[in-house]
Formats: sequence, structure tokens, C-alpha cells
Amino acid sequence: MPLLKLVPDNTNIHFLKWQWPTTIVSVLLMIASWTLVFTEGLNLGVDFVGGQMIRVTFTQSAKAPVPVLRGEIEKLGYGEPVIQTVGTPNAVSIRMRLPHGSEGNAGLADKMTRTITSDIKAHHPDARVDGVDSVSGKVSDELGWTAVKALGFAALAISIYIWFRFEWQFGVGALVSLIHDVSLTMGLFAVTQMEFDLTIVAAILTILGYSLNDTIVVYDRIRENLKKYRRMPMNELLDLSVNETLARTIMVAATMLITLTALLVLGPKVIFGFSAALIVGIVVATYSSVYAAAPMLTWLGVTGQSFVPSETAQDRQERIARGEV
Amino acid sequence: MLDFPVWKRIWLWALTLVAVACALPTLVTQFGGTWPSQLPNPQVNLGLDLAGGSQLLLEAQPSDVAKQRMDTMNETVRTKLRDAKPRIQIGDVSTANGRLSFLLEDPSQVDAAREALLPAVNGTGSVREWDLQVVDGSRFVLTQTQKGLDNAVTQAMDSATEVVRKRIDALGTREPTIVREGPRRIMVQVPGLQNPQQLKDLLGKTAELEFKLVDTTALQSDIAQGIVPPGDEIVPYAPGTPQAGTSIAVKRLGGIRGDTLTNAQQSFQPQTNEPVVNIQFNGQGADKFGRLTTENVNKPFAIILDGQVLSAPNINEPILGGSAIISGSFTVESANALAIQLRSGALPVKLTVVDESTVSAELGADSIHKGAVAMLVGTVIIVLLIAAAYGRFGIYADLAVIINVLMILGIMAVFNTTLTLPGIAGFVLTIGTAVDANVLINERIREERRRGRKAFQAVDLGYKEASRTIFDANITHVIAATLMFMFGSGPIKGFAVVLMIGIVTSVFTAVYLTRMWVALWLRRARPADIHI
Repeated sequence: MPLLKLVPDNTNIHFLKWQWPTTIVSVLLMIASWTLVFTEGLNLGVDFVGGQMIRVTFTQSAKAPVPVLRGEIEKLGYGEPVIQTVGTPNAVSIRMRLPHGSEGNAGLADKMTRTITSDIKAHHPDARVDGVDSVSGKVSDELGWTAVKALGFAALAISIYIWFRFEWQFGVGALVSLIHDVSLTMGLFAVTQMEFDLTIVAAILTILGYSLNDTIVVYDRIRENLKKYRRMPMNELLDLSVNETLARTIMVAATMLITLTALLVLGPKVIFGFSAALIVGIVVATYSSVYAAAPMLTWLGVTGQSFVPSETAQDRQERIARGEV
Repeated sequence: MLDFPVWKRIWLWALTLVAVACALPTLVTQFGGTWPSQLPNPQVNLGLDLAGGSQLLLEAQPSDVAKQRMDTMNETVRTKLRDAKPRIQIGDVSTANGRLSFLLEDPSQVDAAREALLPAVNGTGSVREWDLQVVDGSRFVLTQTQKGLDNAVTQAMDSATEVVRKRIDALGTREPTIVREGPRRIMVQVPGLQNPQQLKDLLGKTAELEFKLVDTTALQSDIAQGIVPPGDEIVPYAPGTPQAGTSIAVKRLGGIRGDTLTNAQQSFQPQTNEPVVNIQFNGQGADKFGRLTTENVNKPFAIILDGQVLSAPNINEPILGGSAIISGSFTVESANALAIQLRSGALPVKLTVVDESTVSAELGADSIHKGAVAMLVGTVIIVLLIAAAYGRFGIYADLAVIINVLMILGIMAVFNTTLTLPGIAGFVLTIGTAVDANVLINERIREERRRGRKAFQAVDLGYKEASRTIFDANITHVIAATLMFMFGSGPIKGFAVVLMIGIVTSVFTAVYLTRMWVALWLRRARPADIHI
């Protein structure tokens, strides 16, 4: 039986021919993402801004009556609710600010929950309250801060590791492609206004790990080829390395996308945003390992001589074995 | 790289089998079976987001603890100096700005006063509890040391955790998780609990019970204006009592505290059928209570809970047996809650709910069902894809991926970790990395074959070259997972745990197990060429 090959043998695509147009697109997309994040803002969940979130599923309806619901809740006098569907069209999350003075008196928030849920149940007999989250402002500040810390430290620590394992240019390249991937994912959340909560931070950390993983695989091959073909022009060598690892890149991205699509379509609605973030992140990370991570190396001045002193006796023996000496 | 002596093979198989065996109890239970009770039963716990239930994050204010210590110190200073020989007179006592300061009437007694206070100031532990300064010759200023306060907060939180546990156990709910989080928080998780209101009512009160004599000479008009008669304090009636909204004056000293109770039960007043709480004092408390009631027959005394008067009945006769009845406009539920609170003791510090989350059991069941289906579908497609792409090598890789999932479950069960929804996402990423490792190896073998190497050599080189990349890639995952675990909270932690275990098992299964299988096959079959 012939084996399935997602990428034919001896594929030779001149990826780097497109490095300037893609760079411009990448930079523009990053600027657009951050502009959107700052102008439109992220739709932050109660994890980060504090408040109360009530999840409700309308079990007998195909679609949740969002505008009706909004009107009903506004009438209760607790302020304007943020209502959006989660995963399936008949499930919503309703977010409210905590009532004034609830920092000192927890009973106020409870009373609001009870009033809202009983009001919903009275108007919509098929409503099922799936869960209530209530986060005080103090805790939410902390959660936001710990999330930023976790992200920042992880990115920095990994870049330093790459710097030690390769050369400083590789560390910088990895960091830049990582910032690129995270930026675009943030942009996705600014555009779609999907809820940005703690699970999404977990997703971004995953993208960070995946992006680096992808970058490292390509870098590892570049390093190997740099030692092997010292006189090859840099662009040609980068193309060769990207092409050699292309089969792996496509295969792994495909498997990740398959599991994530299964999770997005069949999985629980609570992790819909998580799966969506990961899918976009992985597509972007795959692209950036080719178009951001690789060209960065030439711009930062990596040449055929970068790894000259690092040839060991073992490397030499390998070269002899390959018949290159 | 393809040399596998017998001892190595035994080790690899043993590790694999043990880890997979540990996953069995969880799998059997989750799919509706029962695990034989005579066998060890390690289980993966399901997080609240999967099992349904309530979670509360309770926080104590250090300022409360500081205030309590201040009150105690105030009391200690008064008794110590009064009991000193000769007696030391003080005046102008103030507890403002977190400092206790007072003036000695006779400045020559400075040394005697310092001597009398030293044991209390230095405390019993290794940490000095208070800073003592003497200013202007005769003014004593006592300030709490940060270390002393920290210690006190830690102690208060330790006993608060115990009290919380007792109160929740009294509810009879199944398997609550109660853990300290950081220096001043307690996390409570109760699986299956749908309405956390009862729980919050139970934990929201410190339940400090006091019996104090009512000052019948105090003028109602003074009390209403907030003028405190000397030696008294003004206490409001609790909401829900008939006198709610008004206050009474009680004597500050000479009362009894509820920490001498041995038991408390909800029952009914025989005459009125009103819900009440029966309490039972221990020997010492019974003596004190007997004395108080004997000396004050026909006078009213106030039953005070957390600074609010429940009722102020008349003492009709001395109560000597050490048991008494508390009435206070209770419902059966509130009387029952108070009985539980009194039985479990007072909380040493007030706890407020700062984070609360409830997940319905339906949603939990829905999540776990859909999560499992999605994982299954995803895994089946991947397994087919890998087998189609790499043939025999793909089937080895598939076996490795499946064993990888089982090993993660097994290790999680052994360490009794909790699987949450983000944890399932961690599984997905781990499957991805496991596949990645195998793809890296197999693509490399393909490449080496294209370069014209013989089967054996191509496989050997494939594993060797790919291992370096796999190592680098996984180290970055370890770094990310460690930092997530250190700095992350809740969902991020759940994700990081699965990821960390998954990194170890995926390298083990993808690099070692498949290599062993491939090596053994190459040796046995001695194929002239490999189909990859």
C-alpha cells in the first residue's frame, strides 16, 4: 500500500522569495491587532474585571432570546448586562458588575444572583442555570497580574534557553516570532469580541509553547545545515531548511488542527473560545516559523561562519561518514 | 541507538505496565464499572467544572486579627499592671492608629511596668510579638511587630481551616476539598453542591457567642443617641428579631464566652414550639454560668452572637446543670446552622467570600461527555492519518500515542491530581507533542532513506538526529509548564499539571518505546528495505 505523503518528496518551494511582502503583511497585522486591542478593547471576563457571570442554557430553544433577556435584566435595576452566546446558540453567559458596596457585604451580590436567576426562570421555563461565577475586584486584579507574569516570564525564559542552545540571533528570532503569534491571537479576540478569560490565557501559553516548538525545529535544521553547507548563500540555505522540515511542519499542524477542530465542533461549549484561539494560534505559528523566524536570522547577521568553532570530533566523524571530506 | 539489552527491555515494559495499570481503576469507574475493593484504587479526581459543584475562596483580613490582638493586649496590660505589687496606675489609654499607648501615673514605676509587661510583649515563641517604647519618661507605646502579626494570622488561618472543615463536615456533604491558599485564603470545593447559599451562611459567621448582663439602669434615650454608659457597651439587636433596629446596653465585663461549650443541638421550645438551640457547657463553663445566673436572678441577660443580640431573656432561676436554651426568632434552618457553628467553635477571624463559582451537574456531565467524544474522534482520525503516512512505523507511533494517554491518566491517579476542563485541553496538546516527536523521527528516517542510507542505518540516524530536536522542543514546554504552574492560578495550573506529566510520558513513549519496538522488529525480521 502506498503511504500517504502530505508533502511530496524533494519539495522545493522558494519561501524566502516572498519574505518582504510577508514581512510587510505581518507587521501590518501586528499593528492592526494592537490598535484593535487598544481601541476596541478585549471583552474581558469576570476573571479579570471582577463581577458576576451567570451561564444559562435554554434547553428547549434553538436560539437564546438575547435581546429579550437583556431587556428583562435591565428592568431589574442592576445595570446593563453583557450577554453573549457561548459555543452553541442556545447557551448564554450573562455578565454583571457587582452591585455597589458588595466588597463589604457579600450578601448584596448573592441577592443579585438570586433575583436574576429567578427572574429568568420565571420568564423562560426552559432556562437551566449552568453555573455562577462571582469574582471580587481584588481577586480579579491579582488574576490578571499573575496571568501577565506567567506569560512574560515564560516567553523570556524560553528565549534565554534558545540563546544558550543556539546563538543570540536565534533567541531574538524566536522571541519576535512569538510576539507576532501572540499579538495576532490577541487581535482575533479584539475583532471577534469573544470573551477573554483565564482559559484563554492557558490557550495563549499553549500557542507560545507551540510557536517555539515549531521555530526550534526549523532552527535546529538551519543550524545543522549551516554546519554542513558553509558556502551556501543564506537565503538558499534557509529555503532548504524550511523545505526539509516542511513535511513535519504540515503533518504536526494537521494533527493539532484535527484534534482542535474536533474539540471546537464536538467538545463542550465552555472551551469553544479556547479551541478557537488555539486553531488561529497554530496557523499563525506555522506561518511565522517560516516567514518571521527564518528571515530574522539573515537580518540579524547569521552567516555560514556562525557555527564554525562548534564543530566537535563527533561532527567531523559524521562528515567523514557522509563522505564530505 | 538501536541496542536494547534484556534488562533495558524489562525496565521499559515494567514502567509502561505499571503506569497503565494505575489508569485502570479510573477508567473502570468512569465507564460505569466497579473496581474490586480489595485492590489498590488510585483515582483521578474530576474538577468541579467537570463534576459540578460549588467553590468558594474565603479571605481573612489581617486587620481583623490585628484588632483582636490589640484588644487582648489592652486587656493584658490592664490585668498585669493591676496585679503588679505595688499596683501600677495608668491613664489616658488609647488604641488609635494601631498602637496601644498609655500614661503611667507615677513615672518612677517605669521599670516595674516594663518588667510586668515583658512576657506578654516578647510572646512565647521565638518571635518578639510587640515593640515597646517609652516616650517622654512615662508614656508607654506598644506596636505590633510585622512578624508577630504574620504569625498570628497564620495561626488564626490554621485554626480557621479546621473550623471550616468541621462546619462543612457537619453538613454531611460528600468529600469537600478544603485547602489553604497562600497566607490568608482558604479554598473550599464541594462537589455536587448546587446552592452555595447554605454553605456561605454557615461560613460567613464567626459564631462568637457571649452572655452578658443587661444594664437595666441605662437610659433608652442615651442608648439611642449612642452615649455609652460607663462600664457598658452598646449592642444592636440582630436583624430578624422583633427588636431589630434598636440596641441595648450591656455590662462589658463579667460575661461568659461561648468557647466553653461541649455541645449544641437544634430543638424546639416545648411550650411555644419555636425552634431553639440547646447548648451544653463544659465543667468550667457550667460553674461560671451557674454563678452568673445565681447572682443575677430576675435580671435580664443578653445572648450575643457576633456582636448582635439574639435575645435578652430574664433569668428566672439559677441555671446549674450547665445546659441552657438559646432562643432568638430562629427558623429551623437558622437554628440548625447556629448549632453547627457553635459545635465547631468560633472562627478566630472573619472570612469573606472573594471568589465564588458554581457549576451545575448537568453542565459538568455535558462537558465531560462532549470532551471525551471530541478526544476520541480526534484521536481516531490522527491514528488513521499516522498509520496511513508511515505504515508499520506509524502503527508503532499510534501505539505510543495511546499508551501515552493511559500513562498520563495513571500518573495523575497515583498523585491523586484533579482533572479539569483546561486539563483536557492539556491532553490535546500532549497528544500533539507525542505525535510531533514521532513525526520528527519518521520524517528523518525518510530523509535518510532518500539520501541512500541502508534501512538499519537510516533508522539509527533518524532517532539520533530527531532526538536532539525533540529534546530542545520539550525543554521549552517544560519551561512554559513550570512557569504556568508557579505563576498561574486555577485553570492555568490544571493545564500545566497535565502538560508537565505529558511531556515526560510523551518523550518516554515516542523516543524509547517506539525505538525499542522498531529495533526489535529490525533484528527479528532483518528487512532488506523499509517501507516508510
